[in-house]
Amino acid sequence: MCKKVKFKLLRIGVLALQGDVSEHIETTDMALREMNVEGEVITIKRENQIDKVHGLIIPGGESTTIGRIAEHYGLLSKIRDASSAGMPIFGTCAGLILMAKHVRDAMTGKIEQPILGILDVEVIRNAFGRQRESFESYIEIPKIGKACFPGIFIRAPAVSSVLSDEVEVLASYEGKIAAIQQDNRIGIAFHPELTTDTRFHEFFIELILKSPFIEGEGFFKLEEENIHERE
Amino acid sequence: MTVSTVEVGSKKPLLGTVRLKRGFAKMLKGGVIMDVTDVEQAQIAEDAGAIAVMVLDKLPADVRAAGGVARMCDTKRIQEVIDHVTIPVMAKCRIGHYMEAKILEVLGVDMIDESEVLTPADDNHHIDKWKFTTPFVNGCRDLGEALRRIAEGASMIRTKGEAGTGNVAEAVKHMKLVMNKIRELGNMDDEQILDVSREYKVSIEIVKKTAKLGKLPVVNFAAGGIATPADAAFMMHLGADGVFVGSGIFKSQDPGVRAEATVIATTYWDDPKIVLEASNMIDEEKSMVGIDIKTLKPEQMMQIRGV
Repeated sequence: MCKKVKFKLLRIGVLALQGDVSEHIETTDMALREMNVEGEVITIKRENQIDKVHGLIIPGGESTTIGRIAEHYGLLSKIRDASSAGMPIFGTCAGLILMAKHVRDAMTGKIEQPILGILDVEVIRNAFGRQRESFESYIEIPKIGKACFPGIFIRAPAVSSVLSDEVEVLASYEGKIAAIQQDNRIGIAFHPELTTDTRFHEFFIELILKSPFIEGEGFFKLEEENIHERE
Repeated sequence: MTVSTVEVGSKKPLLGTVRLKRGFAKMLKGGVIMDVTDVEQAQIAEDAGAIAVMVLDKLPADVRAAGGVARMCDTKRIQEVIDHVTIPVMAKCRIGHYMEAKILEVLGVDMIDESEVLTPADDNHHIDKWKFTTPFVNGCRDLGEALRRIAEGASMIRTKGEAGTGNVAEAVKHMKLVMNKIRELGNMDDEQILDVSREYKVSIEIVKKTAKLGKLPVVNFAAGGIATPADAAFMMHLGADGVFVGSGIFKSQDPGVRAEATVIATTYWDDPKIVLEASNMIDEEKSMVGIDIKTLKPEQMMQIRGV
């Protein structure tokens, strides 16, 4: 039997200016199915689309490229406003760099690039070296489960210093901080979207569903038996 | 959900895996890779929003004009660019030249382009790219060339086009040949797939995989003759994952603004109003002077090198 419940679609945006956007869309879709949550994932290229989503993913890519275009088209300030209003945001690799308050490049020492500044941390770009040094390693992330997580680090950044008590360290690799959470914002240095492990994306969706940002919007988690009965 | 069953203790890191090499190429999607010849040009490219730079001694148009043997770029020049920019740095080696590729790997180049723009070192073989930690990008004119390069270990594919001409026509032709053939594969039965694998001289598995995915198993960029923001947006419209601009930017008379306009047009290729804005940023009179492909003699064509 299908219960009559007021239903509104959960909508997650992926910032689609550059980077591995389709991988995030696929992984988020998989995570939604795993959780039996009805929802859709859309690409975000314009600032007026930010209002249409309940959570935002900033993908991997080149942080300088994404940052410059986002600044030029008014997306940076719009995302900053949405973040202050409580929108959950999840950044991987370039996404972590863009979310940080301070950024420095490990190789050139350069510090200037357009960023969001919504995580109270300093991030070092290319902290593990160049592509030649990119690596895969299983890492422990107790908050998302007991089994180790496949960490794909590609020219990866790392958090070099935490600037506020609100920041919780979720994972480290060889003494370098690789994943953090501050309120409903998550920043990680590696790429869960390049794996088939959906736990990080599920963790983010869980965060959106629990966040006050969508309170009163009447989402409901589908029960197993009525998935196919709904239109 | 596929949760790994690996427990703490088995934490030895892996380098140079297929996932890392193809993953690196995925991070480039939607972006513009620019040919540069020195640190100043590399800085202009980075400031304009390039996702990576390709360091060369001479831009393809100048390679074409100079003639003679074109080799790997001066390694000291590559090192200078590596030390200066934060974005990935790529460089070209000659087709089949294993040792130039090894030198580039040791130097720390983020991706190696085994390129037909340089004079081939081996007429019969490409480099066995599985042996490298550094990912490779290779050119192709059709799906057969693309799949042969992927079978040799290429982590990324680009069209060959006709480099250094400022004429996008060949890149258009090559991209359409790849895309149309992939669409055809989708309707083929096993017998036809087998025929295709024999014709292309690749395994039946890679043809089946491509048919199933409906796209190449690696990232697929456009290259060879892209000169304007409209060219870049057009290649994205044809299904490219991103673009290489060789001579188009630094052989023009307005490189800084043209680089920026090309990046914008590539990101917003699906919005003609923004492509128009990008086109307005540049001055067509300042575009590089192009070459009609039909005026080139067969021996002047770079795309026929390495099939």
